[in-house]
Amino acid sequence: MGFVSRGFRGRPRDEGVKLPPGQYLVHDFPVLSAGPTPRVPLDRWEFAIDTEDGRTHRWSWQELMALPSETPTVDLHCVTKWSKLGTDWKGVSLDTLFADVESSAEYALVYSYGGYTTNLPVEDLLDGKAWIVYQFDGEELAAAHGGPARLLVPHLYLWKSAKWVQGIRLMNEDWPGFWETAGYHNYGDPWREQRYQGD
Amino acid sequence: MTEPAQDSYQDGNALAGPLREIFAVDVTAAVGRCVHCGLSGPVASLRVYGPALGMVARCPACDEVVLRLVRGPDSAWLDLRGTVSLRIPLPGPGVPDETGEGTA
Repeated sequence: MGFVSRGFRGRPRDEGVKLPPGQYLVHDFPVLSAGPTPRVPLDRWEFAIDTEDGRTHRWSWQELMALPSETPTVDLHCVTKWSKLGTDWKGVSLDTLFADVESSAEYALVYSYGGYTTNLPVEDLLDGKAWIVYQFDGEELAAAHGGPARLLVPHLYLWKSAKWVQGIRLMNEDWPGFWETAGYHNYGDPWREQRYQGD
Repeated sequence: MTEPAQDSYQDGNALAGPLREIFAVDVTAAVGRCVHCGLSGPVASLRVYGPALGMVARCPACDEVVLRLVRGPDSAWLDLRGTVSLRIPLPGPGVPDETGEGTA
């Protein structure tokens, strides 16, 4: 017989949830920041994909809004060990943005307003695995969470889902980003608990 | 042809003693100079974001990153690329090293 009532075991919807190793569940949406929050007016906002041979594809805010949107519901896993399940987003699939981009580059360096960068293989951005999102929970994306738009790559730790995304540079060589040059894992798969270099 | 200066450097072990002394002091009192804008000031005057995912210390004048420190379970990563140098207050050299190492 246990002495702990059901009330101590979390909400009913938490039961049976499978989390990546070392993670715990949260129901709020923690904000972690490495610097001041950039404020980018929509009339000056721009997203770019820069190819390895120097060509740049650009989208204004209006052009992004005109693209077909998707509404992914995904689980988020932060390397600081919190996980938030079933989050609702609206945005444009990277498959849509890459449709007219000619590139054979294997590596991507994502860069943000405010100077943040993060790197990942190009293949992790394609095939329905990543979006540029501009709504969370039916509301426009708050600046604290990366608005007006952020990258969403939910199968990797959340530091890869760059807030305030400005562009993606496609490269033939891997170029470690902001946290990847300061001890964090180059790839960051939560299910393999790739938190730090050497994990 | 100039012969390579084979004896003009030491390996990184030479840093062990000096770094141990430096990191035994309170580095927040050290005065650094921002690589980006040139502002000089004590480390304690930087704007520090974090502690997660790591501590990110930014210049109070230009907001650029001066110092980063990430603490993992068995390692720490220190990035000082944003500072030209740190002037670290230290007492005088004091009594020479009793081992005599490093002397002629």
